[in-house]
Amino acid sequence: MKAEGKNLVEMKGVKLALSEKVILEDVSFSLPKGEVLVVMGLSGCGKSTLLGILMGLLTPDSGIVLFKGDDLTKMTRSNLNVARTQIGMVFQNAALISSLTVAENVALPLEELTKKSTSEIAEIVAQKLKLVDLEDASEKLPSELSGGMQKRAGLARALALEPELVLFDEPSAGLDPINSKLIDELIIKLRDQEKVTSIVVTHEMESAFILATQMAFLHEGKILLYGSPDDFRNSKEPTISDFLSSFKVAET
Amino acid sequence: MVGMMKGVLSEICERLAKGRTPFRLEHALLQGHRAGVGSVPMVILLSLFVGLTMALLTGYQLRIFGMVTLVPAVVSVSFTRELGPLFTGIVLASRIGAAYTAELGAMTAGGEVEAIEGMGIGARRFLVVPRFLAIFLLTPCLAVISTLSGIFGAALISELLLDISYDFFFDQVVTNLLIRDVVSGIAKSFLFGAIIGIIACYKGLSVKGGAVGVGTATTSSVVTAISTVIVVDSLFNIFILTFFP
Repeated sequence: MKAEGKNLVEMKGVKLALSEKVILEDVSFSLPKGEVLVVMGLSGCGKSTLLGILMGLLTPDSGIVLFKGDDLTKMTRSNLNVARTQIGMVFQNAALISSLTVAENVALPLEELTKKSTSEIAEIVAQKLKLVDLEDASEKLPSELSGGMQKRAGLARALALEPELVLFDEPSAGLDPINSKLIDELIIKLRDQEKVTSIVVTHEMESAFILATQMAFLHEGKILLYGSPDDFRNSKEPTISDFLSSFKVAET
Repeated sequence: MVGMMKGVLSEICERLAKGRTPFRLEHALLQGHRAGVGSVPMVILLSLFVGLTMALLTGYQLRIFGMVTLVPAVVSVSFTRELGPLFTGIVLASRIGAAYTAELGAMTAGGEVEAIEGMGIGARRFLVVPRFLAIFLLTPCLAVISTLSGIFGAALISELLLDISYDFFFDQVVTNLLIRDVVSGIAKSFLFGAIIGIIACYKGLSVKGGAVGVGTATTSSVVTAISTVIVVDSLFNIFILTFFP
């Protein structure tokens, strides 16, 4: 099934239950290319699950998940792996391979999934590490890095294959304001300069309104509101206004 | 477990169809170094003393019946067919199987396996194949080392306490050992290597629940692998002695 128009990602009627508990129910949205969608919601409302479905790590019980017009849920494993090379993910805990250095982590998808030469791979790795300001940490193991550096290394790895879609699972969680701002600036750079489409799950409201071109609020497994940042600022929906006011949203 | 193996095979086929190697040689060599070279001292030490003890106890019993000269034959055939592969299996299940499970379990709990899968690399192929190949191919090599060490330990104690010279001992070993004893021992070792590799990787990739889960999976991996190796060993012996007496 091919999607019409210029949507890069589209979900229609996605439902997922884990251990008989409904996590997502009738989730539908579409995200055009070049947009940044920020997904918000209370803890445990299914935000990370949504990203897992988009990566093909979780299969929904029903509904379709279109990426560039192809349904991820119907793909063969081989085609799914091809699609995954066009989707980068920055995990909440970075999920770097602990036995590999930062440079080896970034090089991993290039070595495994492309036929690039060693020198080409080294060049790309250096370029990505420069982008996230980690050139000096290339030979360090993940355990030798701070939380912020691990997140940035995870971002460098996610960008190694020049993906069309980047998923961020709470990129600023647990980071100090300086590192948090650094991550935000990188996402903005990707949005404005590289025109990369991103989906960002975050609890940081200040970041959310800076980054987002589209926003979604997940509540009890459903999307309560999907719209622009202004739609959210002006929302009269009690759950959303309570959520936003509790974070003391800084109007921009 | 069957699901994991099917997944690994489909990922291997997928890689081959794309004209890519299913695993990286350097990964397999690294795992081989850990599983094989790293286990040599422990295998030698254990087998040497087991061979020594076996010769000593057998010798004292056989001496009563004036048959102490049977010690070289008993020890060499036992070690080649049975004890060498079995000890190697037990040592590798405890040492390498546990390490594989703990390592893969920690990677699973830490989200590393999910990250590899999410990149489209094929986590099961990437992580399981080098480890499986290492233990599958090196178990027979270690079983040979174990057998030689056991026989050497037996020869040593026989010379010292049973009045059996080295020349006589090794002459009896060569005379009594048959090709089928060697083939049987080596075939069994391949089987043990495969069993330990599959169980260890499966348990590691099935970990749920953080550090406690890793600990539980590691214990379970060692217990399951050793039990399975012993049961399969018995079934293998019954099969061999029934169909190839």
